[in-house]
Amino acid sequence: MAPPPRDSWGSRLGVILAVAGSAVGLGNFIRFPGQAAQFGGGAFMIAYAISFLIIGLPIGWAEWAMGRYAGQRGYHSAAGVFHCLIPWRGSKYIGVIGAIIPLVIFMYYVVIEAWTLGYTVRFVRAIFDPALRFQTVADSQAYFGRFVGSAADGSALRLDLDSLLPWLAVVVVVNLVLIYRGISAGIQKVCEIGMPVLLVLSLLVLARVLTLGTPDPAFPERNVSTGLGYMWNPGKTLVVGEDGGKIAEVVDADAVRQRERAEAMAAATPGARVERRTMLSQLADPDLWLAAAGQIFFSLSVGFGVILVYASYVGPRDDIVLSGLTASATNEFCEVALGGLITLPAAVAFLGVAGVAGQGTFGLGFNVLPMVFSAMPAGSLFGAMFFLVLFIAAITSSLSMLQPGIALLEEALGIGRKGSVGLLGTLTALGTGFVAWFSRDLKALDTLDFWVGTFLIFVLAMIQIVLFGWAFGIGRGWEELHRGGAIRLPGFFRPIFRYVCPGFLVTIFVLWFLKNVVGLGRTEPSSYVADLFEKGEPVAWLSIGVVLVVSVGLAATIASSKRYADDEA
Amino acid sequence: MQPAGLLVMAISVGTVTALFFWCVWLVLTRPSGEVEQGPDDHRRS
Repeated sequence: MAPPPRDSWGSRLGVILAVAGSAVGLGNFIRFPGQAAQFGGGAFMIAYAISFLIIGLPIGWAEWAMGRYAGQRGYHSAAGVFHCLIPWRGSKYIGVIGAIIPLVIFMYYVVIEAWTLGYTVRFVRAIFDPALRFQTVADSQAYFGRFVGSAADGSALRLDLDSLLPWLAVVVVVNLVLIYRGISAGIQKVCEIGMPVLLVLSLLVLARVLTLGTPDPAFPERNVSTGLGYMWNPGKTLVVGEDGGKIAEVVDADAVRQRERAEAMAAATPGARVERRTMLSQLADPDLWLAAAGQIFFSLSVGFGVILVYASYVGPRDDIVLSGLTASATNEFCEVALGGLITLPAAVAFLGVAGVAGQGTFGLGFNVLPMVFSAMPAGSLFGAMFFLVLFIAAITSSLSMLQPGIALLEEALGIGRKGSVGLLGTLTALGTGFVAWFSRDLKALDTLDFWVGTFLIFVLAMIQIVLFGWAFGIGRGWEELHRGGAIRLPGFFRPIFRYVCPGFLVTIFVLWFLKNVVGLGRTEPSSYVADLFEKGEPVAWLSIGVVLVVSVGLAATIASSKRYADDEA
Repeated sequence: MQPAGLLVMAISVGTVTALFFWCVWLVLTRPSGEVEQGPDDHRRS
C-alpha cells in the first residue's frame, strides 16, 4: 500500500493555475514577440502551431500521466517517478535530472525575478518622482547594467534600491516562505491570486498600448500599426548588404510603399540590395522551425521536471487531460494574445523598427521597454503594472522550481517540510549567491541557462516522451491519461505520442545541438563551447562545477536512501 | 500592418483566445470522469 501523499491540490482549478503559473513567465511577454518578429508572424505561427500540437501538448500530457501514476504509488519526485515506472536500479539516477534542472534554474531565475521586482518598485517611485523616468534607451541600458552588475563581478551586491541585492533577498525569502506553506496553502494559493491578477493587469497594459496611436507626429511611421505589422506581417522586406547581412527591415501598411521605401534605402547604401522573404521561403528555413519549436518547448515548461511532480499530487479519479490542455491554453493566451500584442507594438511606436530590431530578450524587456513606458502618457503607472506582471509570472514559475527538490528530499530522506525547505533553502541560497556575485556580462546566469535551462531540458524531454510511449507503454499511458478524464483525446494522438513527437523532438534537438554547440553553419564555435574549451573562462567552468556539485549531491542522496532500497529489496 | 498581417494576427489571437475560453468553459461545466470508455482503451502497444 502506497503511503498517502503528505499534501495535495485543493481543487482542479488550483492545479491548473499552478501548472499555468509555472509555464507563464518572462518568455511569454519578451521572448516570444522577438522570436516571431524575427521570422515574420505568418511563417512563425504555422511552425509554432504545429510544434504546439506535436511537441508541447504530448510531452505535457505524458508528464501529467506519468506523474499522477507514480504519485498514486507514493512517489512525488522525478527520481521516484522514474524508479516507479522503470523496473531497473539505475532508473532513479536518470530521473534525478528532473530535480537537477529546476534546482539549478531556480538559482538564476530568482535573480531575474529580483530584477522584475526592482523595476516594479522603480516605476512606482517614478509615478511620484518624474526624475526617475528613463529619457533614452541608453539611459535605461546604463541603469540596467548598474542594477544587475554587468560591468564587474560583485558590483550588483550593493545595499540600495537601484541594485539587485535588496530585491534578491526579498524574493529568496518570499519563495522559501511560500514553498514552506506547501502545495495547497502555498503554491496553489499564490497562483489562484497571482494568475487572475496577472491577466487583469496585462489586459490593462494591452488597452494602453493599443490606444497609443502615433505618439510622435514627427515620426509618423512609428506607430502601433507598424509595430503590429513588424510582429505579424507574414513576409519580410529587408535591405541587406553585399555579404547578405541585414542592414534594415522596412515595415509599412502598404506593401507597394514598403517595397519602394526599401529600394530607396538600398539605392542610398553602397552595395545594398532589397531582399524579400516570403512566408514560404521562411518556412523552408530550418532556423525558423528550430526557433518555433524551441519557443513552444520552453514556453510550456515541458521537460523541466515540474509537471511530473505537480501531477503526482493529483487524485486518482481527477481529470488530467482537460487540466493539461487548459494550463497549456492559458500559457498560449498569455503568450500570443497578450505578449504578442503588447511588447513590440509599444516599442516600435516609440523607437521605430530600427530601434527595436536585434534586441534580445533581456534587451527588449529591460533596456527598451523601461524607456518606452517612461515616454508614454501615464507610463510610470503602466510600467509598474507591466513589471508587476513579469514579477507575478516569475514567482509562480520560481515556486514551481522549488517543489521538485522539496519532493526529492522529503521522499529520499524521509524528512518533513521544515527540514527539506531548510536544506534546499541553504543550497539554493548558495547557488543564487554564486550567480549574483559572478555578474560580469551575466556570465554565470547565461552559462547555466544554456547548459541546464536549454540543453538538459531537451535531454529530459526526450527521455520522458520515449519513456511514456515505449517503456511505460502507450497502452498504459493512454489509459492513465484518461482515467477520470473530463474529455477524450482523438485517437490520432496515440501515434503522435509514440512516433511523431519523439521523432520531431530528436530532429529539433540534433539541429539545435549542431548549430548551438558544435557551431555548424557558423564561422566559429558556439560561444558557450568556446568559453569552456577555447578560452577556459573561469566563471563558465565554475558554473559547470555548480551543476556537478548539485548532481552528485542529489545522486548521493538517492543512493543513500532507504526508501528506494526497500522497494528494490 | 498589412491586410495579410491583420489576418495572421486575427487567426492566431482568435485561436488561442477561443481555445482558452473553451477550456475554461469545459473546466467549469465538466466534472472529472465524464469520458466514456472507447475502442482506443482496449488497444495495447
